[in-house]
Amino acid sequence: MTQIPQNTTGTKLGLVIDLDICVGCHACAVNCKEWNTSGHSAPLPDTDPFGENADGVWFNRVHTFECGDGADSRTVHFPRSCLHCEQPACVEVCPTGASYKRAEDGIVLVNEDICIGCKLCSWACPYGAREYDGDAGVMKKCTLCIDRIYNENIAEEERVPACVSTCPANARHFGDLGDPSSDVSRMVEDRGGYDLMPELHYEPVNKYLPPRPKSTGYEEDRPRRLTPIEPTNEVEEAGGLFRWLDKVLTR
Amino acid sequence: MTRGYFDPIEEIDTSPTVSDEIKHTTCYMCACRCGIKVHMKDGGIRYIEGNRDHPVNKGVLCAKGSAGIMNHYSPARLTKPLKRVGERGKAEFKEIEWDEALELASEWLGDIRKTDPRKLAFFTGRDQSQALTGWWASQFGTPNHAAHGGFCSVNMAAGGIYTIGGSFWEFGEPDWDLTKYMLMFGVAEDHDSNPIKAGLSKLKNNGAKFVSLNPIRTGYSAIADEWIGIRPGTDGKFVLALIHELLKADKIDLDYIVRYTNLPWLVIQNPGEADDGLFVRGIDDEPLCWDTGTNQAADARLAGVSPALTGSFTTEDGRKAVPAFALMAERYLDKSYSPEAAEKETGVPARTMRRIAAEIADVAFEQQIEIDQPWTDWAGRKHDKMIGRPVSMHAMRGISAHSNGFHTCRAIHLLQILLGSIDCPGGFRYKPPFPKAAPPPLKPTGKPDQIAPNTPMAGPPLGFPAGPEDLLVEEDGTPRRIDHAFSWEAPIAAHGMMHMVITNAHNQDPYPVDLLFMYMANMSWNSSMNTAGTKEMLTAKDEETGEYRIPKIMYSDAYFSEMVAYADLVLPDTTYLERWDCVSLLDRPICSAESAADSIRQPVVEPDRDVRPFQSVLIDLGSRIGLPGLTNEDGSAKYPGGYPDYLVNHERAPGIGSLAGWRGEDGNSHGTGAPNKNQLDKYVENGCFWEHKLPPEQHYFKHANRDYLDYAASVGFIGSANQIIMQVYSEPLQKFRLAAQGHGAVQPPEEHRDRIKKYFDPMPIWYPPFEGEALDTNEYPMHALTQRPMAMYHSWGSQNAWLRQIHGTNPLYINRKTAEAHEIEDGDWVWVISHHNRVKAQAKLMEGVNGDTVWTWNAIGKQKGAWNLDPKAPEAKTGFLLNHVISELLPPKGDGFRYANSDPVTGQAAWYDLRVRIEKCSAEESAETAPQFPTLEPPKALPERPGILRYGRMYSRSAKRGDGQ
Repeated sequence: MTQIPQNTTGTKLGLVIDLDICVGCHACAVNCKEWNTSGHSAPLPDTDPFGENADGVWFNRVHTFECGDGADSRTVHFPRSCLHCEQPACVEVCPTGASYKRAEDGIVLVNEDICIGCKLCSWACPYGAREYDGDAGVMKKCTLCIDRIYNENIAEEERVPACVSTCPANARHFGDLGDPSSDVSRMVEDRGGYDLMPELHYEPVNKYLPPRPKSTGYEEDRPRRLTPIEPTNEVEEAGGLFRWLDKVLTR
Repeated sequence: MTRGYFDPIEEIDTSPTVSDEIKHTTCYMCACRCGIKVHMKDGGIRYIEGNRDHPVNKGVLCAKGSAGIMNHYSPARLTKPLKRVGERGKAEFKEIEWDEALELASEWLGDIRKTDPRKLAFFTGRDQSQALTGWWASQFGTPNHAAHGGFCSVNMAAGGIYTIGGSFWEFGEPDWDLTKYMLMFGVAEDHDSNPIKAGLSKLKNNGAKFVSLNPIRTGYSAIADEWIGIRPGTDGKFVLALIHELLKADKIDLDYIVRYTNLPWLVIQNPGEADDGLFVRGIDDEPLCWDTGTNQAADARLAGVSPALTGSFTTEDGRKAVPAFALMAERYLDKSYSPEAAEKETGVPARTMRRIAAEIADVAFEQQIEIDQPWTDWAGRKHDKMIGRPVSMHAMRGISAHSNGFHTCRAIHLLQILLGSIDCPGGFRYKPPFPKAAPPPLKPTGKPDQIAPNTPMAGPPLGFPAGPEDLLVEEDGTPRRIDHAFSWEAPIAAHGMMHMVITNAHNQDPYPVDLLFMYMANMSWNSSMNTAGTKEMLTAKDEETGEYRIPKIMYSDAYFSEMVAYADLVLPDTTYLERWDCVSLLDRPICSAESAADSIRQPVVEPDRDVRPFQSVLIDLGSRIGLPGLTNEDGSAKYPGGYPDYLVNHERAPGIGSLAGWRGEDGNSHGTGAPNKNQLDKYVENGCFWEHKLPPEQHYFKHANRDYLDYAASVGFIGSANQIIMQVYSEPLQKFRLAAQGHGAVQPPEEHRDRIKKYFDPMPIWYPPFEGEALDTNEYPMHALTQRPMAMYHSWGSQNAWLRQIHGTNPLYINRKTAEAHEIEDGDWVWVISHHNRVKAQAKLMEGVNGDTVWTWNAIGKQKGAWNLDPKAPEAKTGFLLNHVISELLPPKGDGFRYANSDPVTGQAAWYDLRVRIEKCSAEESAETAPQFPTLEPPKALPERPGILRYGRMYSRSAKRGDGQ
């Protein structure tokens, strides 16, 4: 069993994902794969990559599903990665201490050097966020791009996870969710950001912003149909061109 | 705190060196042309990301772009020139040296050029170097050239260019920052891939309303405030109903109409005569309006006239004429255009159409925006504000790929015009070099006197016919081009008709060609309609001679695509990271509404195979066969440095070349200027793009903005700085119609007359898509469509180890209720049956699709063995190609003639007209798609497919420690 450390700084780094504007394009998933396959957890192998059963290690996956029936249904694009829980069962079950949560920023990582590949952590994670590298025999997972976010070799504005940097729809945001005044915390506050499966009490740090309510009627106080111009005398034909006859318009 | 019993604290390098060097270039994983930064490390590619400074993507990068490494290192890359040794289609080749390949190609090309240059059919696919390839075809002297626009989006291009002098597609964009209401028609993924995603995000964050009309609810439509699952091919009916509502309530911008459109121009009313429906013109050919100020006809282009919009007038020579506005209003006020009349075809309730008309009128006229930005109009009058009607629209493939797409596109532009929302704040915006004259004065070349052995054509193969006299037809009306573009079958085929080339070449209609030369076009697979038939035509032999009906096929591709198997000579191309390239203002540039821009690709790695960039090969071939533009007087090559040499030094007209930036000997001018030998260096220094930001007074009303028009003329975007007047009433269309009515020197053959009369209406019309009209729709009750997935770009993606994990197969999506009626469940195999063929697919049920529509992802299915995929790959077993059931020809008409399955105006391939029925497969039928084709064996030199891919291992911690596995 591995214990969860006391957070020493109050910093809780994580992601805020906006389901209102995610179009399900997979940019985040592929850019994550691209960065991380040569990054801290390199490589993220792919087995049978050109064959019948291609399968690879991905730290971020996008699921598209529908909810509701018929006219009430909607399509949701749902990107899924490690939520860096405050009470991560994946850490607690680790028999070797390989799975751990950083005290200084809350990022959940795996120390591959002491991971024995027992997969207990993936069984414990209710979000399916762990990715087993069968080639190396170790568990891997989202590092929140720990090799980008503090990296002094890259420009300061680029020190965000690859998924955030690349998202074409700006649906992904990175920041300190432990700081109520941070942009991400405010976003969560304003938009009613929520936890995935809060009833399990893993207290995920990552938040999802729900789709905004859809307006099918634009605004309720606005006209629902246009009023036709009616003829003003008998000579004018209903639906005719009379209305434009005497208009004086200048080029 | 206690940890596990090993208890080591992990040491993490949080600041690793990312790269030894960053090289900028332009992505080519789709047609979006984003700027990318390629991080090089230890001689390999560590990471590709978006370039923050780049005008297209501003730092972001999509799934395709992020997977570029996997295309670059794909085991499907060709390695050496190949010469066919077996039968066509079997992929039996021997490797040859470049010298031999180029000698053979030059011999083939040279022989044709000195006899009949038309016998070369040179067609390119997803080519981004059309400024070169089109010019090369002209230099060769063949009119038989086009790129893939004819089967992609020519309806949008032509519909826009003939109406507003610009278009959706990549030549315009919504004003993402200011729009308050957006209507999107028929868009899944698009050329403007990342800008649309970024724009929709802005729109939603700004609280604008986003309405998507699309039979299918995926991607963009999924985040729309309102999704309207309209019946395919009926958008035009919907749009014209909105127009009917707006006219009835007089919710149109009359000031805008009078200033910026030709609706006030007088149209001759002289039924049966040669001038009927043409504009009344003055002695200098100027169009006339009726000036209510002076009560007489006046030059309609003058500032200050007060044109009548209705009424009937008599010209000085006694002809009756009415303003085009009156014709327009009269037509669309008719109740046949009412929402009620559109309910049945569109499947959209009339009340929804009425509400949307009310909403857009409300936004346009009650919520107008004003920008405190002075500007000067075309007539030199100063305005202290820019007034915006913040309704914007975007439309693409779902409109384009129907046989009524040209008119539907024009209808959408008419709707925008009536709202006054073209190039105003919050509306749709032109991107330079547009707007241009509607249409531009550029004609297709290829008439009898324009073709001669060993002689270049005097103009480009493609252009914009303004009347019958611009067609490329023989005296009897026979087409002069192999694809029949610019003939009576498709008079305004402004992008050619690539989808008809193989069929016509096989049928030797109108004449046999000797060599089919193609680039980057997978015509034996996902880029053709009737794929199985196309394969037969590519391999068909003449019964008497035993020779192939299409005698020679030469093909250039970087990868082992399905088309490679059908080539007699294969010229292997490089990947996009190994080449110089140019995204030119002469072709399809990367401009935004607020800037003119172009860009280049530079090689970031050297090829590790014996391959050459196609454009350099084309220039080399041109020099070898002595094309004047590519050869010096002494016979030596004019551009011995290949494509980069050409990019810098070639001048299309004095001072105008492929690249607009850093021109002039000192590099200080742009647009025009002498060649600058350091030009490419300047591009590389600037991140491989050039951008000229327009000053704020030029941001809007470009069609009528004095400062912008002067600038555009000065840099050669337009020929003159005259106001560009929107052509709602299209006189060129009317001229074709008059010819069909028996007027003028060039008239259609009898069998085409009715069709031209009907479809060359000078104002937008709607008619049902052709395929459904030609069939018993009880027998084929469903529509079938494809969409392009955001994470995959046509066939190029399937070789990509990462992307094929996202889209490795494609089911047939069916509305749940419809499927239940057919007793079809998820995973069942079904036949999709059209009048042409049938294809087997696996069903997937969903809610978000029009009940009468089935659909699938485009170009996921593969021929076994192609792209160096395992023949057991899902792409070849469960993935399927809808192309099998789409015919390139319409069902025969009464006299047996079969028109192309195309728009009658532009020749645009009507992919989405497809009608089908679905039948559940029997239990005995195998769980594999059909039809199937023989397994292709990749050329021996291609690498073996790895069983496991460990990309990045060389950068891993263990590799760094030296204990790599």
